[in-house]
Amino acid sequence: MKSSTTVERKSDREVVVTRMVNAPVAKVFRAWTQPELFRQWWVPKSAPMKLVSFEMDVRVGGGYRLVFEFQGNQMAFFGAYKEVVPESKIVWTNDEAGEAGQVTTVTFENLGDKTRVMLTEVYSTKAALDEAMSNGSLDGLREQFDQLEDFVQPVSGRQ
Amino acid sequence: MLQAPCYKVNHMVQYSQARFDTSFAALSDVTRRGVLEQLGRGDTSISELACKFRMTLTGMKKHVRILEDAGLVATEKVGRVRTCRLGRRQLDHEMAWLAKYQKLWATRFDALDELLEEMT
Repeated sequence: MKSSTTVERKSDREVVVTRMVNAPVAKVFRAWTQPELFRQWWVPKSAPMKLVSFEMDVRVGGGYRLVFEFQGNQMAFFGAYKEVVPESKIVWTNDEAGEAGQVTTVTFENLGDKTRVMLTEVYSTKAALDEAMSNGSLDGLREQFDQLEDFVQPVSGRQ
Repeated sequence: MLQAPCYKVNHMVQYSQARFDTSFAALSDVTRRGVLEQLGRGDTSISELACKFRMTLTGMKKHVRILEDAGLVATEKVGRVRTCRLGRRQLDHEMAWLAKYQKLWATRFDALDELLEEMT
């Protein structure tokens, strides 16, 4: 049975995701830090985008870079690892948005044959998180305009 | 590394056609979309908005009125100053964002579970 994934806006500039994972911490940590394992789950198969290049070097001073192709455009997501504590914690930056980018901390809690994973994203300011949220929703509305156009087009075509 | 805005939002289809038409009209204008982005950064008075978008006070009032009718903006008059902020619909958007974000992470963790089962 699948465990539930909870998401909570903890503060003005902080979002927290928690999930219980049915595997010992050593194994979970490997899946988060070994590139060939990580890429198998990080990008959902249902995502409307294709991963065109992928690099990650999980150690302090190392970084990651994922390049996606989406509707003919390439988008890169990149950043640096700030803290790596084996089987316990990984901290990285999200630098594609520049200074406003959030810092992601993931912690692994050893519960024997299970692991509690907690991921926190902290934005530099309240405005940065609000903007991330409002941009996303405006994208959603723009997408609806496209759908509306598709809907309207055949009708006007018949006239 | 891969954030929610890349994902599709379908829940808004649930809004009634009338409301949809109103917000479609409200958002079909580049200035009004700019006003929403500005208000996302903080509350702003109508005169400040007029100044930022280089238009007359009367012109900006018309834009704000349209956004207000669509529920995208709320205004409040204190003394001589009318301040604009994001309206109830925008708060719905925060919920929508969190829902999309939750879906992304649930999908990722499900895939992680599958991988962990295969791993030795």
